[in-house]
Amino acid sequence: MTTWQTIVAIAGLTVVSIVTRGFFMIPERRVPIPPWLREALRYAPLAALVAVLLPEVAMTGSHLIATWKDARLYATATGILVFVTTRKLLGTILAGSAVLLALRSGLGW
Amino acid sequence: MTASQGPWRHPEFARGAREMRDVALGIGAWGLVAGIAMAKAGLGAALAIAMSLCVFAGSAQLAALPLIVQGAPLWVVWATAFCVNLRFVIFSAGWRPYFEALSRPRRLLVTYFTVDFTYIAFMRRFPQPGAMSDQLAYVAGNATVSWCAWQGMTIVGVALADVIPSRWGLGFAGSLALLGITASLLIDRGTWIAAAVAACAAFAAFALPFHLNIVVAIAAAMAVGVLVDHFAPPRPKGEPSGDAA
Repeated sequence: MTTWQTIVAIAGLTVVSIVTRGFFMIPERRVPIPPWLREALRYAPLAALVAVLLPEVAMTGSHLIATWKDARLYATATGILVFVTTRKLLGTILAGSAVLLALRSGLGW
Repeated sequence: MTASQGPWRHPEFARGAREMRDVALGIGAWGLVAGIAMAKAGLGAALAIAMSLCVFAGSAQLAALPLIVQGAPLWVVWATAFCVNLRFVIFSAGWRPYFEALSRPRRLLVTYFTVDFTYIAFMRRFPQPGAMSDQLAYVAGNATVSWCAWQGMTIVGVALADVIPSRWGLGFAGSLALLGITASLLIDRGTWIAAAVAACAAFAAFALPFHLNIVVAIAAAMAVGVLVDHFAPPRPKGEPSGDAA
């Protein structure tokens, strides 16, 4: 793409961000949402996070991880362990990252 | 809104910012990775930074980027970003009752700055709609931290693209932040089951284009979650069983 086309693409992507994040904010009158759907909404962020997380921690390409020599397995396990025991996000991130870095640079996993 | 003192003086602003502080590390790590990816894709530093500042949606940016670089038709670029962002459409239905009283431009301004984590933190803080000034101050504080973390680190990533080795696995810090937040949402049987369903659905639908498997996972988890809430009486308190993600 030329620079101008890229600028148009970025402008359009900005509109996409505004429209998707504010989709049900656009109509002046509230779109009626049935009660069961409102209850169901409480599961939406959890499901989105799980779906985004899955390929990051458990998949290589389009397959589940099939080897023990993948540093992500141990970093993920460490992260879960730290979070379950401490409920602290910062420690979870630091401990998991440390394990990942150690296994990748130490063992080449 | 129009009070003489700005929202940053409001105690909820500090609370919103504080409750985003730990997550900001993960967001920052992602921003760094996104910045590196954008610079390496050959977009050029100025356009990469402009994209980040305007679009403010990491996964949509990373999905659209290769298409822009390959010269795909504009509508394909936009449709891809729209699909990747579909989860926000669902979240926006959740935002609506809280910010109904604002004008349309203000409603859209508020939601534009809300990322996934802002939604989660906000709904935890305000299970029911509260005072508008409290809500706005909380969102402002929360979004200020996430915006600064994301944008600041994206710019650093663009600048340092050739210096940071990829084997450091910096992107994984973002995944670890997701992991912790996901775990914190697993509070009862319904959420455990919904998470397990989401994981299975996301994997089963993985071959779909445009990350549509995320939408499939959300729909499946919402459906099963509601069914569990309505038709399976909760067991007496105990260890939630089942494994998820």
